[in-house]
Amino acid sequence: MSSTTTGTRPFLEVKDLTVRFETDDGIVQAVSNSSFAVERGKTLGIVGESGSGKSVTSLAVLGLHRTRSNAKVAGEIWLDDQELVTATDEDVRKLRGGKMAMIFQDPLSAMHPYYTVGAQIVEGYRVHHKGVSKKEARTRTIDMLARVGIPQPEKRFNEYGHQFSGGMRQRAMIAMALVNDPQLLIADEPTTALDVTVQAQILDLIRDLQDEFGSAVIMITHDLGVVAELADDVLVMYGGKIIERGPAADVFHEPQHPYTWGLLGSMPRLDRDVRDRLTPVKGTPPSLINLPDGCAFHPRCPYAGRNGNRSFTEVPELRGGVHAVACHLPAEEKRRIFHEEVAPNL
Amino acid sequence: MLSYLIRRIVNAVITLLVVTMVTFGIFFAVPTITGSDPALLYIGKTADQASLDGIRTKLGLDDPIPVQYGKFIKGLVAGRDYASGNDVTHCDAPCLGYSFKTEQEVTPLLLSDIPVTLSLALGAAVLWVLIGVATGVLSALRRGSFLDRAAMTGALAGVSLPIYFTGQLALLIFIHWLGWLPDTAYTPFLENPASWFTGLILPWVTLAFLFAATYARLTRANMLETLNEDYIRTARSKGLTERTVIGKHGLRAVLTPLVTIFGLDFGTLLAGAILTEQVFNLRGLGYQALTAIRQNDLPVILGVTLLAAIFIVVINLIVDLLYSVIDPRVRLG
Ligand SMILES: Nc1ncnc2c1ncn2[C@@H]1O[C@H](COP(=O)(O)OP(=O)(O)OP(=O)(O)O)[C@@H](O)[C@H]1O
Ligand code: SF4
Ligand SMILES: [Mg+2]
Repeated sequence: MSSTTTGTRPFLEVKDLTVRFETDDGIVQAVSNSSFAVERGKTLGIVGESGSGKSVTSLAVLGLHRTRSNAKVAGEIWLDDQELVTATDEDVRKLRGGKMAMIFQDPLSAMHPYYTVGAQIVEGYRVHHKGVSKKEARTRTIDMLARVGIPQPEKRFNEYGHQFSGGMRQRAMIAMALVNDPQLLIADEPTTALDVTVQAQILDLIRDLQDEFGSAVIMITHDLGVVAELADDVLVMYGGKIIERGPAADVFHEPQHPYTWGLLGSMPRLDRDVRDRLTPVKGTPPSLINLPDGCAFHPRCPYAGRNGNRSFTEVPELRGGVHAVACHLPAEEKRRIFHEEVAPNL
Repeated sequence: MLSYLIRRIVNAVITLLVVTMVTFGIFFAVPTITGSDPALLYIGKTADQASLDGIRTKLGLDDPIPVQYGKFIKGLVAGRDYASGNDVTHCDAPCLGYSFKTEQEVTPLLLSDIPVTLSLALGAAVLWVLIGVATGVLSALRRGSFLDRAAMTGALAGVSLPIYFTGQLALLIFIHWLGWLPDTAYTPFLENPASWFTGLILPWVTLAFLFAATYARLTRANMLETLNEDYIRTARSKGLTERTVIGKHGLRAVLTPLVTIFGLDFGTLLAGAILTEQVFNLRGLGYQALTAIRQNDLPVILGVTLLAAIFIVVINLIVDLLYSVIDPRVRLG
């Protein structure tokens, strides 16, 4: 995760990313000291409940907080050896939609109500391909629409976002993001509002396109099932911080943070009765303006008192090698609790 | 789309019918019902019994009210004759009435005023839309800056100062003190475009100041809201320049709702900018209305009222149709 001695960085490397918003109610500490990396062809899953800072993190990578005067972004973001936090607006603009692209949460509001789907994709293509004629861009767009599985693409080219069904709209968003063959694709909850079959189709689609282009993908989701299926690495976020990070297999088979255990308990499982499937983590997410002292998770953590008072006073750092965790519980104890108390109930 | 179009047109026709009924009701029916003699209203208190009876027959004031209304509508559509024995007064379609006080048809009288009012409204509209929208956009982009504050203070002054105040002030400064402009007056455009322009520039600016203020405030508020929309973020995420993001994606969303408001304002203005015409001594529809009211010339008042209503209904119809072109959610929804 840190820069290596050979001097070659991971394709995307984020170091100590911090994002704050100054609001009338106080300073929102939306992301604190986040560090992670993604290689080409790999998928990083980011999970965490609503408000944990997943979208803010990805918007920071695309430099989309720059136009918000109340947002402060600190840290480093390296994309293919170019640092983006200190880069000029113009340099970042040229990367957006070209080398790096994003599929947004809620495609209905993410599409312009007064422009056709086709026009919006054409525009994105032409801004990165100067001198391409409207006709060529149109052909390219229709190809993309067909590629993401939209039937009758010539006809749908001329329709508006609100005329599409949820699944088709999300496909169109994906076509918009992929039209310039981005090397980094960030998908922010691309399947949330969709029914299960469509969800599966969309995820398959993203995976196929990734295989084809060898892009790095960041997949943001509430849904651990999605991560388990797609991700090579996983970040678990809580209250704007990464609290567990590691290869997907490790995080799923040996999760080390009590919050991750809670998330696993809230994962839908087909072998259980619907009623028992979902047990969300009890309690409410922390306020990002006034984070609790010590470990931000302590008000909801069943193990907060097990290790003396540290959970209430001292912020746990993210520690460990490939599989890192931010929790004061000693490693053996965590392993024991997981296997003896948590796993049997999952 | 076609059914929407037909629906809107049918709606407009119905509205116009209702408008004629109400106007007719007020000007013809109510005096009859309340027992005052409408004939008296049409010719004045000094008239002798013979001419009063003549008017009564000509206007058919003794007919049942629906018959009177029928004749009135017929006049609008096909023209009519006001006859009393051999004394026949003809009124061509669309007949808005006949002024027995000044012995002339109302329609041509009003038509001759339309170029003045139209020139006034058009020039002012061009100015206020350009200035209002530009100020609003700049204020939104430089929110909280000196420019924003100055513009919004100016806008507040614009919406709160009445036209007879700003108008008089403008006359005082630019004509009497500085002497930059000739007295305001209407010269037909085709006769002398330069005089047309110099004679109207002051009323345009004064009127535009009033309206631009509202448009600047609306544009600013809309733009600030629009810039927070997800689709603006999407536009940025595609790598579009800020210029395209704001000038195309932002402005498109900001201007669309303004079309409705513009239609209303423009329609009202066409119906007669009474105060502005009064202050600047322009003889348009508003001036005509005022004169008619002073002279108690009922057919002219009725004509102006009807014409104003027709303008507003027609402009609203145009706005509705235009809206269906520029907002696909209306067109296809
Ligand atoms: N422009 C902003 N100004 C102030 N606070 C903001 C702003 N943008 C985001 N936040 C806050 O930052 C926090 C993190 O938001 P973020 O959108 O990243 O959550 P998320 O993990 O993506 O949640 P979800 O799963 O609901 O999408 C939230 O508390 C949110 O209110
Ligand atoms: S540090 Fe303490 S409160 Fe935080 S997760 Fe670990 S055990 Fe729970
Ligand atoms: Mg989000």
